[in-house]
Amino acid sequence: MGLLLLIIWEVAARFGPWPELLFPGPGAVAKSLFEISIDGRLLTGTGRSLSRLLKGYALSVAVGIPLGLVTARVSFFAKAVKPWILGLQALPSICWLPLALLWFGLSEAAILFVVVMGSLLAVAIAAEDGVKAIQPQLLSAAATLGIRGPRFYLGVLVPAAFPGIVTGLKLGWSFAWRALMAGELLFVSGGLGQLLTFGRDLLDVPLVMAVMVAIVAIGILTDRVVFRGLEMRVRRRWGLAHSR
Amino acid sequence: MHFRWPARRATSRPEHYLAPARQRDGPTKISVSRVSHRYENGVEALRQVDLEIHPGQLVCLLGPSGCGKSTLLYAIGGLARPTEGEIILDGAPVHKPGPERLLMFQEAALFPWLTARQNVTFALRSKGLSRKAARATADRFLAEVKLQGFEDSLPHQLSGGMRMRVSLARALAMDPEVLLMDEPFAPLDAQTRSEMHQLLQAIWSATHKTVIFVTHDVREALLLGDRIVVMSGRPGRIAQDLEVRLPRPRDPEDERWVQLARHVQTLLRSESPHEPPKGNASEAGIGPTPPDHLGGGG
Repeated sequence: MGLLLLIIWEVAARFGPWPELLFPGPGAVAKSLFEISIDGRLLTGTGRSLSRLLKGYALSVAVGIPLGLVTARVSFFAKAVKPWILGLQALPSICWLPLALLWFGLSEAAILFVVVMGSLLAVAIAAEDGVKAIQPQLLSAAATLGIRGPRFYLGVLVPAAFPGIVTGLKLGWSFAWRALMAGELLFVSGGLGQLLTFGRDLLDVPLVMAVMVAIVAIGILTDRVVFRGLEMRVRRRWGLAHSR
Repeated sequence: MHFRWPARRATSRPEHYLAPARQRDGPTKISVSRVSHRYENGVEALRQVDLEIHPGQLVCLLGPSGCGKSTLLYAIGGLARPTEGEIILDGAPVHKPGPERLLMFQEAALFPWLTARQNVTFALRSKGLSRKAARATADRFLAEVKLQGFEDSLPHQLSGGMRMRVSLARALAMDPEVLLMDEPFAPLDAQTRSEMHQLLQAIWSATHKTVIFVTHDVREALLLGDRIVVMSGRPGRIAQDLEVRLPRPRDPEDERWVQLARHVQTLLRSESPHEPPKGNASEAGIGPTPPDHLGGGG
């Protein structure tokens, strides 16, 4: 099926009414992908983008999970902070870019800010949902067993909310990835986004498409390898999916 | 104790084994005085309940579902705060859960990500036991509930009865002075339930903890209880306070026991008020649901 689509694409590119310059076939895209892999541009771009992504994502997770837990547990936060979280979540992440540029200038910090704002709130909301989904019985059990303080937060609340937290981690990652690409496209920075802009400037459509393919591949790969695996393990351990 | 003996034509025999609970001298372990509770939806779960429980007693709270017996238990456990009245434990008022009281729920309430042993050790470690001591204690109590070989199983790999036994092992390992049990054996099959009854009786006979056991099952109450506090519902009040004078271990095949069960059943029936019409607003939320507002604490 996939192969058939590729063939149709190739045929359409060769014989279709569109200029091949603007609508290259999969062969040309593959060739371009091969070229940028060989000359190292793909690797440096990916490395640049991923290192930014990891920094921003780590920050989002480190702040977002505690924020979600606190919002779910402390009524002050639920009343005062949650409306802000929900409201700002409605803002597309790239809308933070003008503000980021004014605050941080044309710097790494600006793009990190966009990434963090793009994923932090999603992580926090999912963590909060995770806490809300905990069976009240478990919390009562912890209370009657006298489990309190950090032991309660780290030993009961976080693991009990973990299925929700994993959803947040996954969602946060894909939001961070999108925010990063948007940010990299809009200002010169190195990274895959810049490679895309570069392709556009040179009217090199195969290059543009090759980079798009690479971006999709990275997204799918992390989702399949990292998050599917994590999710399955958690579901098994928590007894949400039966393993035996 | 405002006890009234029903004027009824019961045979003289059951009364021989079932007498109004006497006022006892000596210290009270738990004293419930004038406790009333009204849920936020306006349902009156308890009205002016008075109850004195002595150390080492095994008291069964018996009543139809929705009579407020679980609410009373949760209040004693400190997991629910009654709207009125006071609960005194060893001379001090109860406001929140404490290490000397432990509540066992209708479900096992195990932490699903921890193995059977870890469920016990995690609780013990929070009491300050060393890793080694916690492990040894956990294994001892898991053996006591006949779960050797299942220490490393996760809760979802165990059957319902086994999960309940882990929960019982966890409760016993914590060694509370007072054990509060909210129909913990109700979801089990007859065979497992009877094993658990025997185990509880054996452990109680050995340790003489104070136990309050909530049930709606007359037979269960008569099998376990020294004392049976019969509650009537809407609003929940204490209707009868009876002392069971059958020797232990009690045998459900015993003729005396069977008669007694029948006798209490009729008592219970005479206590339950007429059902309100279906669809009545007061129907909602009357059940022994644990209070949701626990989450706020921390």
